[in-house]
Amino acid sequence: MGLAKRIIPCLDVTNGRVVKGVNFLELRDAGDPVEIAQRYNDQGADELTFLDITASSDDRDLILHIIEEVASQVFIPLTVGGGVRQVEDVRRLLNAGADKVSINTTAVLNPQVVQDAASRFGSQCIVVAIDAKKVDNQPFEWEVFTHGGRKATGLDAVKWAQHMVSLGAGELLVTSMDRDGTKIGFNNPLNRAISDAVDVPLIASGGVGNLQHLVDGVTLGGADAVLAASIFHYGEYTVQQAKTYMQQHGLEVR
Amino acid sequence: MKNIDIAVVDYGMGNLRSVSKALEHVAPDLNVVVTSDPQQIHQANRVVFPGQGAMPDCIRELDSRGLRQAVIEATQQKPFLGICIGLQMLFERSEEGNAAGLGVFAGQVKRFAAVDMHDTEGRKLKVPHMGWNQVQQPNQHPLWQDIADNERFYYVHSYYVCPDESGLVTGITDYPKPFTCAIAKDNLFAVQFHPEKSAKAGLQLLRNFVHWNP
Repeated sequence: MGLAKRIIPCLDVTNGRVVKGVNFLELRDAGDPVEIAQRYNDQGADELTFLDITASSDDRDLILHIIEEVASQVFIPLTVGGGVRQVEDVRRLLNAGADKVSINTTAVLNPQVVQDAASRFGSQCIVVAIDAKKVDNQPFEWEVFTHGGRKATGLDAVKWAQHMVSLGAGELLVTSMDRDGTKIGFNNPLNRAISDAVDVPLIASGGVGNLQHLVDGVTLGGADAVLAASIFHYGEYTVQQAKTYMQQHGLEVR
Repeated sequence: MKNIDIAVVDYGMGNLRSVSKALEHVAPDLNVVVTSDPQQIHQANRVVFPGQGAMPDCIRELDSRGLRQAVIEATQQKPFLGICIGLQMLFERSEEGNAAGLGVFAGQVKRFAAVDMHDTEGRKLKVPHMGWNQVQQPNQHPLWQDIADNERFYYVHSYYVCPDESGLVTGITDYPKPFTCAIAKDNLFAVQFHPEKSAKAGLQLLRNFVHWNP
């Protein structure tokens, strides 16, 4: 008896629609964000993550309206990320109804934003998202990438995670770029290395293809929460089926 | 002036939209006002005292808006619901920034140890305590009506209250040791978890509060 492992469906949003890509490319339409959020809530999702992957800033304000609408109908925690550049962006998202804001590229370009946002709004609402890839040309195993996975940073993902927590990140969302959209499972060694190195919760992301992958994310990867998109969007599994499976395999769920 | 059914105390910290939206959802006919006006808090039939962020900042912001007295009065006079930091601030002192609270109740607010915290499977427990955990109801209370014992609610916090007076305790959660997650006295109820983010069970608790006549 204790804290449940969380299942978090992830909605990638662009131009007001939910989409899903493979290895950060080839986007396919997956539906209306409010309808999808409502459906996952009804299925027992523990939390929802919205990533604004809008390429142009023209459509950026759309996400605020979507969050406002979701937040007035769905009463579970909402995390929103994508395009957060300054503390003011964090404030606007929180005011729209987000409970947590995820910061990725900006954390690398300007780590002060993480520190300022955490000290102003509290660590509980600051998630740092880390996109990591296995590399051979560095003295470490996993490197941090930014700009949706296009730019290498030269940063060691494990050390970077520790640094972000020291600045006030209350949670880490770790995405394996090698696994994203591949359906071969989370990168558990990467997640385990980071989870063991920090005290804050870790959300595993990238690569879920079946329900055993969710279990492995917790037992092998040390994740406190598991995030998945396509297995839920296209109706392969419901959140409830995922919970039942995790429970049958000895994990505590809500 | 329109009658205020529920005042949500706004001291400039965090996301109050979630709390007011959830209250409007369970009580569409009531006038829910998010306010930093002590007079409106004084006039309201019920008061919700939410909270997010660091306690020293919360207390400072509360005082800068001149809300301290109105909140303390409300704790003594009408149905009052504290949430998260809104529970912690009712006590004398917090380890978070060594901040003095409102001192409505005797007791301290302490931080989870983080080191050497493990679940029964030996897995490391993280701080903040974030996610859905079970709430034991050691006694009956109108706000627990239609909510099962050991129901799960959503938490996100690194500090927890330790009341001097054990009679206050009306909810207990294990992480991994038992801590006080809800207190009740007369017209006051306060919780560490977030009912506004706890799906059905949370909405039921808010519904119970809206209809509570202590």
